[in-house]
Amino acid sequence: MNELVFFINNVVISGAVSGSIYAIGAIGVTLVFSIMRFAHFAHADMMTFGALMVFMFTALFPGAGAALGIPTPLLMLPIAMVITAFLAIGIDKTFYKPLREHGVKPIVIVIASLGVTLMLQGLIRLFAGTSSRSMYIEERKEIFRIDMPFDLATRPIVITEPQITLIIFTILAVIGLHLFLNRTRMGKAMRAMSDNPDLARVSGINTNKVVVVTWILAGSLAAMAGTFLSMDVSLTPDMSFFLLLPIFAAAIVGGVGHPYGAIAGGFLVGYAETLSVFNWSILLRRVHHWFPEWMEIPRDLALVGSEYKIVVPFFILVAVLVWRPTGIFKGKVI
Amino acid sequence: MLAKLTEKFPEGLPVREVIVAALVFVAVLLVFASQGSAYSVRMLVEASCYAIIALGLTIQWGYGGQFNAGVMGFVALGGFCAMLFSMPVNPAFWGTELASDLGRVFLWALVALAIVIGASQLHRLGVPKKLRTTLTIILALLSWLILKSMFAPVTSAIESQAGYIGGLGMPAWVGWLVGGLLAGMVGYFVGHVCLGLRSDYLAIATLGIAEIIKAILKNEDWLTRGTATVSPLPWPTPGPGELGFVMARSIYLVITAVMIVAIFYLLQKAYNAPWGRMIRSIRDNEISAQAMGKDINKRRLEVFVFGCVLIGIGGGALTTFNGIFSPDNYLPLNHTFLVLVMVILGGPGNNLGTILGALLVYIIWVMSEPLALFLMQGGADLMTNWLGWEAPDNLSSRALQARVFVIGLLIVLVLRYAPKGLMPEKIKHVT
Repeated sequence: MNELVFFINNVVISGAVSGSIYAIGAIGVTLVFSIMRFAHFAHADMMTFGALMVFMFTALFPGAGAALGIPTPLLMLPIAMVITAFLAIGIDKTFYKPLREHGVKPIVIVIASLGVTLMLQGLIRLFAGTSSRSMYIEERKEIFRIDMPFDLATRPIVITEPQITLIIFTILAVIGLHLFLNRTRMGKAMRAMSDNPDLARVSGINTNKVVVVTWILAGSLAAMAGTFLSMDVSLTPDMSFFLLLPIFAAAIVGGVGHPYGAIAGGFLVGYAETLSVFNWSILLRRVHHWFPEWMEIPRDLALVGSEYKIVVPFFILVAVLVWRPTGIFKGKVI
Repeated sequence: MLAKLTEKFPEGLPVREVIVAALVFVAVLLVFASQGSAYSVRMLVEASCYAIIALGLTIQWGYGGQFNAGVMGFVALGGFCAMLFSMPVNPAFWGTELASDLGRVFLWALVALAIVIGASQLHRLGVPKKLRTTLTIILALLSWLILKSMFAPVTSAIESQAGYIGGLGMPAWVGWLVGGLLAGMVGYFVGHVCLGLRSDYLAIATLGIAEIIKAILKNEDWLTRGTATVSPLPWPTPGPGELGFVMARSIYLVITAVMIVAIFYLLQKAYNAPWGRMIRSIRDNEISAQAMGKDINKRRLEVFVFGCVLIGIGGGALTTFNGIFSPDNYLPLNHTFLVLVMVILGGPGNNLGTILGALLVYIIWVMSEPLALFLMQGGADLMTNWLGWEAPDNLSSRALQARVFVIGLLIVLVLRYAPKGLMPEKIKHVT
């Protein structure tokens, strides 16, 4: 049974963790895509920025969380979300809005967002350097070991505190987003604008306000995803280029402009990544006696080595673009 | 006198061109005066390699309106081929059984490919399509795993006994051409998938393929020595050991300059030919071009592949000149975004503007390194003297990060205030 525990630790839990992070990131990308019709490349750097804000506040008040009994980064997360939301609105006002009003092609705004990516990256590295840091400054990362009741399994299931909070927060964010999009006036206005911006404008929807709300959502979700990723691993200032591809793959797989699709896509990409780097020979070794004598199982049976993890979202992206460019949930924007 | 001139240039005097060219000339002179000729010639050669790469991007973005966000990957492919073809033959690999072992694995790979392709055509024999798809996927996964486990011992044997497979001992320019072809093939694959869809998808896919190419070059040690790097790469011209730095680099500069002139001439011809008009019509009004019976996706693919070939050739020339093949040296900032700035600042769609923009931006880029260091040092000194702050110890690496910010700012500003660049594309109106 140890193998099963190994499988749960390495695939079920870590897939859920990376899937949740990709899902939260992809929701922001897909919202921006559906309202403003361009692929926002600076999203991954907004994630890094949010995580950096959390890190800075945690470094300023390292003992604040202990007083309330929660990790300090978690306490600082709402502040960082607000700051990142303001940053997103500011970036839109200074860089994207003039271009939009100028009536340029969407691809020009995509290039501008790449420029914004570089600016954010430059700022982040100027202040934070290039080395990676732990988000837990004066605290310890809580690690839970759940022992199996069977005698067969000697190893426990390992899950850390940020991973549990991440999964809880993802569920909360999804429910909140669902209620917001379906029950509130603003959410309905957003959906109307993503369906048909011109029709939304003539029917009296304040499109500028919708854009601002979209950036608030995108910015705060980005800060959340970045913070949880940094809490799970560590804060790396140049992680953004490796995040962009899985996040965009998740958004496109789920159907661009489709928030629920983005969540499904995020988990699909996350699990696909962990399943492909998982070494299957560990599971097969248990059932080795079923195979004929001449067949030996190689020691390494992972589909791709972990250094080629980035190939997986790319393959998913290509497969979706070839067979179903609208995504599995039929997104609106092609 | 004036009347004669206006007769010769019916669209107005080329004032912009002259000003920009003079600016580039003055900048080159300044570098020569301040840094010495060996340094300056090196900078010029690198700038000319960048100009070839920028011409590739200007075809894609300026002619075709397709945005390639992964120039770095194609540059790295060109550099890899330049390395593979120009390095001397490695007898530790070719003289032993390793070569035949590797060949056998490749043969098995061909067999597996044939089986998988055969399985994907089973529906012709009346097998239901769903069964065929499942069968193909299962076969592909199985053969991939088997091949991988066959491949691993051979490659690790190569790494431990021969280091890497070594080069082919051919002149470097063969590698540049093959690098261009390889980059074109990868471009064909990416373009084939993405070009019929929204233009954003191409940007995402190229960004991804660039990181994948870099990951492969970095981790396949048997092929490229990975992070151990390969050097020195032989030049197609006599090296600095025989002629001295200035002379050897000057001869190299002549080669790259001839390449630029040839490419420029061909591009101008193509631009003014019916083909160029068709490409521009597709860029400017897709629907009417389609209505005129043009095969939009095919033409776009043509333009994209063509641009990738040029980027690969330029990348090969650049890597050979640097003399070292190190996958870690290919950075998105230096090889994607710098080229992007060259193109959008110089004038997308304007070949002369792109070349001048490449020279100008590269000179500023190279010179900004000491400048950024100087400014940061000065600022840090002020801070220490006035406020008593400790300057961070890794100041030099942080100063370089400031350039990331400047490049980003430049992209955004140019797009907003000078979307056509320093030298806008000139469109002839035949009356």
